[in-house]
Amino acid sequence: MNKKKCEEKFFKWLSAFFTFGIIGLLLFIIIEIFAQGLPALSWEMISETPKGGFYFGKEGGILNAIIGSIYLAAGASLIALFISLPVALFINIVLVKYKKLQDTFRFLLDLLWGVPPIVYGAFGFTLMMVIGLKTSLLAGILTVSLLISPIMIRAMDETIRNIPFGLLESAYSLGATRFEIAYKVYFRQALPGLVTAFLLGLGKGIGDTASVLFTAGFTDYIPEKLSEPAATLPLAIFFQLGSPVPEVKARAYAAAVVLIIIILIISITSRIIASKFSKNILK
Amino acid sequence: MTTDSTTQYTNTVAVENGETRTVISVKNLNVFHDKHQILKNVNLEIPEKKITVFLGPSGCGKTTLLKSLNRLTDLQNKMRVEGSIQLRGQEILSKKNDIVALRQKMGLLSQRPFPLPMSIFDNVAFGLRIQGLKNKTEIAHKVEYHLKQVALWDEVKDRLHTSAARMSIGQQQRLCLARGLAVNPDVILADEPTSALDPISSRKIEEQFSELKKDYTIILVTHMLRQAKRLADNAVFMYYGEVVEQGAPSEMFNNPKTEILKNYLSLG
Repeated sequence: MNKKKCEEKFFKWLSAFFTFGIIGLLLFIIIEIFAQGLPALSWEMISETPKGGFYFGKEGGILNAIIGSIYLAAGASLIALFISLPVALFINIVLVKYKKLQDTFRFLLDLLWGVPPIVYGAFGFTLMMVIGLKTSLLAGILTVSLLISPIMIRAMDETIRNIPFGLLESAYSLGATRFEIAYKVYFRQALPGLVTAFLLGLGKGIGDTASVLFTAGFTDYIPEKLSEPAATLPLAIFFQLGSPVPEVKARAYAAAVVLIIIILIISITSRIIASKFSKNILK
Repeated sequence: MTTDSTTQYTNTVAVENGETRTVISVKNLNVFHDKHQILKNVNLEIPEKKITVFLGPSGCGKTTLLKSLNRLTDLQNKMRVEGSIQLRGQEILSKKNDIVALRQKMGLLSQRPFPLPMSIFDNVAFGLRIQGLKNKTEIAHKVEYHLKQVALWDEVKDRLHTSAARMSIGQQQRLCLARGLAVNPDVILADEPTSALDPISSRKIEEQFSELKKDYTIILVTHMLRQAKRLADNAVFMYYGEVVEQGAPSEMFNNPKTEILKNYLSLG
C-alpha cells in the first residue's frame, strides 16, 4: 500500500476510535447512573418532599429539589434569553462596521464564560449583602442568569455571525430598517441556532451547583415565593452522595436520573420546535 | 496607470438609440478601503430605461461602484466614500437623506440569490409589508403580479407557502428579482446575477432584463463580454478602479479607443 493510502486509513481509524470512544464513555456514565439510580427511584421519590428521617434513608422524596431546579433554571434562562438576544443582535448588526469593538466584546464574553461558577456564587452573595437580599430563589435565579448569559450570548453570536453577508445586503436593499432586519430576517434565519444556544444555557443552569450553593440555599420545602430559599437537584445529589447511609447514596443516583430525564425532555421538545422553524432557512 | 481627462468620455449619455434622460449621475467618486483606493475619480451618467453594463476584469471595482450607488458600502468596515452620487437630483451620499427610502428605489440582485428565511409568498410580500401595505388581497394580488413578471408564477403557484430555500438556484434568483421589483424600484442593480446560474437560467434572467428595461433602469455588472454585448445599451469599461471608456456599445466594442479595452476585447 502506498503512503497516501496508509495515511488516509490511519486518520480514518484514529477519528473513528475517538468518536466512538467518547460516545461509549458517555453512554457508560449514563448507564451506570441509571443502573445505580433506577432501583432507588420510586413514585415517592419524585412526588414527595423530604420527611423527618429522609437523610437517614427513611420516607420522603426530592420533589422540593425537582421543583426548585425547574423554577431556578426556567427563571434564569428566561432572564438570560432577554439579555442575550439583543446583545448578540447588537454585536452583529449595529457593530457590523466596528470590527475592533466586536472583537473586544467577544473576548470579554469568552473571559466571562471561563470564570468558575463559584466566583459567580460569591459575587451573587456579595451583591445580596449589598442590596439586603436573603438566600432565596430570586437571588439564585439572578446569579445563574449572570452565569449563563455569556454562554448564551456567545452561542447566539456565533449563529448570527454565520448568516451570509449577502442576506444582510439583500434585506437592506429592500429598504428594511435595522430593526426589521434584526427581528424579521436575522432572528428567523438564526432561530434553530438560537434554540440550541438557549438549551446550552439552560443545561448549564439546571446542572450548576456552585453558583446556587450560597445564593438559592437549600431547603426541604417547595418555594412559594421568590423570597424563599429553594432546593436544587445538583445540591440534592451533592448532599446525599456524601452520606454514609447506602439508601441515601442510592437516592443521589436516583436524583441524577431525574435530572438527566428533565434535560432530555427539554432537549427533545426544543429540537422539535427548532425543526419546525428551520424549514425556511437557506443553508 | 492613469487615464487623463482627454481619454475619459464622460458626461454624454450616448446610447444605442440616441440621447436619453439621466437617472443617476456620479461625480468625482473616490472610494477607499482603509488606505487602499478602490475607485479613482469615477464620473458617470446612467441613462433612463436602458441597460448600462459595468464591464471589466475581476477586482476592478465594478461591484464596489454598484454598491456605492445604494450605499451598501455603509456596511463595510473602514470603507470611505467621497464625491457625489445623485439619483434624480437627490444626493445619495448625504447623510441627511433617508437612506432606507433611497434604497427602496434601487432593487439589488446579487451574485448568488439570498432568499429571505420565509416562504416564497412572504419573500415577495416582505418589501410590500415593510412599506406599510396591510390589505391582504392587495398584497396577494401584487405578489402574483411580480411573480408573473419574472415568469415564476406557473412554476410556484401551487407551493407559494413552502420554503423559498427549497427552490432551484435559478428559481431563487428570479424570486430575488421579483422581491426587488415588488418594492417598486426606479433602478435595478444587478451584480453578476447569472454567475452562479446554469446557461438556461442565465438566459431566462437575460430575457427578463431585456423585457424589464421598458419600465426600469438597469445597471448590470458583468465580467462576461458576451453578456455585455447581448444586453448593453450603454457600456462602462473599468480597469483598476478607473473608468477607462464609456459610451454606446456598438462604438466601444467595434472601435475601442484605448489599448486596455482593445486587449480586453481580444481576450474575451
